[in-house]
Amino acid sequence: MKRIITVTVINQSGVLNRVTGLLMKRQFNIESITVGHTEQPQISKMTFVVNVEDEQKLEQLLKQLQKQVDVLKVNDITEKSIVVRELALVKVVAPPTVRAEINSIVEPFRAATIDTGKNVVTYQVTGNPEKIDAFIDLLKPYGIKDLTRTGVTAFVRETQKVHTPQLSIL
Amino acid sequence: MKMTVEETEQMYEEPEASVAPKQLDGADVLIETLKKHQVEVVFGYPGGAVLPIYDALHKNPIRHILARHEQGAIHAAEGYARVSGKVGVVIATSGPGATNVVTGIADAMMDSIPLVVFTGQVATTVIGTDAFQEADIISITQPITKHNYQVKDVADLPRIVNEAFHIASTGRPGPVVVDIPKNMATGIFSPTDETTGEVNLPGYQPTTTPNFLQIQKAANAISTAKQPLILAGAGVLFAKASDQLVKLAEKYQIPVTNTLLGLGTIEGNHPLFIGMAGMHGTYTANMAIQTCDLLINVGARFDDRLTGNLAHFAPNAKVIHVDIDPAEIGKNVPTEIPIVADAKEALLALLEQNAPNGNTAAWLESLQINQEEYPLFYEASEEKGLLPQQVVELIHEYTNGDAVVTTDVGQHQMWAAQYYKFNHPHNWVTSGGLGTMGFGFPAAIGAQLAKPEAKVVSIVGDAGFQMTLQELSLLQEMRIPVKIVILNNQALGMVRQWQETFHGERYSHSLIPVQPDFVKLAAAYDIKGYKIETYEDAKAQLKEALASDEPVLIDCRVVQKEKVYPMVVPGTALHEMIGVKPE
Repeated sequence: MKRIITVTVINQSGVLNRVTGLLMKRQFNIESITVGHTEQPQISKMTFVVNVEDEQKLEQLLKQLQKQVDVLKVNDITEKSIVVRELALVKVVAPPTVRAEINSIVEPFRAATIDTGKNVVTYQVTGNPEKIDAFIDLLKPYGIKDLTRTGVTAFVRETQKVHTPQLSIL
Repeated sequence: MKMTVEETEQMYEEPEASVAPKQLDGADVLIETLKKHQVEVVFGYPGGAVLPIYDALHKNPIRHILARHEQGAIHAAEGYARVSGKVGVVIATSGPGATNVVTGIADAMMDSIPLVVFTGQVATTVIGTDAFQEADIISITQPITKHNYQVKDVADLPRIVNEAFHIASTGRPGPVVVDIPKNMATGIFSPTDETTGEVNLPGYQPTTTPNFLQIQKAANAISTAKQPLILAGAGVLFAKASDQLVKLAEKYQIPVTNTLLGLGTIEGNHPLFIGMAGMHGTYTANMAIQTCDLLINVGARFDDRLTGNLAHFAPNAKVIHVDIDPAEIGKNVPTEIPIVADAKEALLALLEQNAPNGNTAAWLESLQINQEEYPLFYEASEEKGLLPQQVVELIHEYTNGDAVVTTDVGQHQMWAAQYYKFNHPHNWVTSGGLGTMGFGFPAAIGAQLAKPEAKVVSIVGDAGFQMTLQELSLLQEMRIPVKIVILNNQALGMVRQWQETFHGERYSHSLIPVQPDFVKLAAAYDIKGYKIETYEDAKAQLKEALASDEPVLIDCRVVQKEKVYPMVVPGTALHEMIGVKPE
């Protein structure tokens, strides 16, 4: 099962290595990872998307993360009401003949044109990963020259819909 | 110019108040901080990158043990830590010095031994340039340390050292590496308000006090259980909670089994002790796990060598698991009553509950029957030759169960665990989790330094001993009275046993008939050696050798084909163990 996990850490060198190293050592697969500092410069927040087999493995993952000395807080926010965002830059082959057509496809996604060449246009699109997948799928037939995705970052919403069950002893 | 010693010493003396006080450098600060932590002994080996640290160590009351290989130094520190309960301190230089301690760090991590390991590093100005004797020890040790640090500012040094000791010795103990670039050791330390060395670890707050609700639940479960069983691990020893454990067992008449590392938590001859559990545990202990209705795990981590096939482990038991490390609870075995706490605090809280006693008489009786029916056994005869089990039993007899015993890993380790009945906690030093050959002998040196009055016996195999025997130099130099008993079967015994049992008797590279003459080897280090080939010889010579106040080496030629039994074959469940009775 795919889980979104946020980890608040002390922002010092080696901490990313420590956390990803731990995941590797315990055989967890990271699907995406984003890191940046928070409103406090000495504290960073990482957002992971990981694939875990079952509840037991998930609990183990959270506890092992929590055990790290540089880790302040670990949250599995998958079941919570959250905002999930990812950003992608997509460079598409768009000769003038089809450019209008492409623009019309892109428009509902509220993607921004950030660079234009003679035959190539680069779009920036943000949203949840599914939206970005859809965006890429639509542009594929025109020929994607280059693509880069940031990975997921996420936030818990202020108002929570339902109470999520807590794992036993965290 | 020639100077008398006195004159030389005067040269080093601080000048009178005429000038400003001597400026401290990082190395001085390090040594001062070690003193604050009451470090009496450090184990190490000098080299280029730690020259400033060794300079500060010179003419300093901290005792330095110069091992002959960094691996020897760190295993000695582990032995010291396990027996004394204090933090073991190691110093190694950069590059090869640091990589030579990696095995010991991994060993300490697996067995939760508190160590602070200082490694030298090339100067910060050249880190990352593949400088001479540079190794990225921070990345190398990241997965095998509880935490590690590289000092990047001299001002941070006191705090980092304080934090290293704090992390190593609290919560679940473990090794901490502090990597000190050479220019940090020589850098001038200017004290300010920021450099008081105060520990600042917002992300590290081990839970030591048990949750009251869980304690109530546990007490209730204990008092209603018909067939309860205590499994005591090394966590009890780290918490110094043996007395409380025995008290709980006696109050509720609960039988006790140990993990390999937990041996000593309860006296080996205690009527409630049913022997070690696990792969080479007693039949009684393993069957007790399989049939108990309540399994009270205190400070053990349900290691695979203990549990056998997890799917069939303790099928009838409700599980209480007391552990200071929450990540161990539920990791391998589903747990009904999790108690995250220091073992002593949890046991005291359980005793305080004073729940009514259940009736375990029938249960104890059934275990008693098993113990009589399926004791540990070996078949001795004069033609067969000297058996390793006999040697261990004699060591036990001649040391009255009071000795500190250290081992490597393998057959000799299992025989020591099975046949040496410890009277006291903290006397058993073995490489459990990592299973490190070459651990036992240097660990014995550290153990002897921690307990100078104790009889320290290092039971080792002929192969493991040859991995770290260079430390014989330490016995020679310091007359450390360690008793080395080699259970010499001219083989990698456990490998040979598995090849016989599981690989069609194909002894691939496990037999080593060509050996040094161990007695002559001992003589080369000015150590008295004995060679023992028969049980009769063993009786007389072992007694003499163990009674000596000097270091001795005893080469016991034991039967090569002897196997460790009983045994839980990998992949099978505890109750399926083989070799439980003589054929």
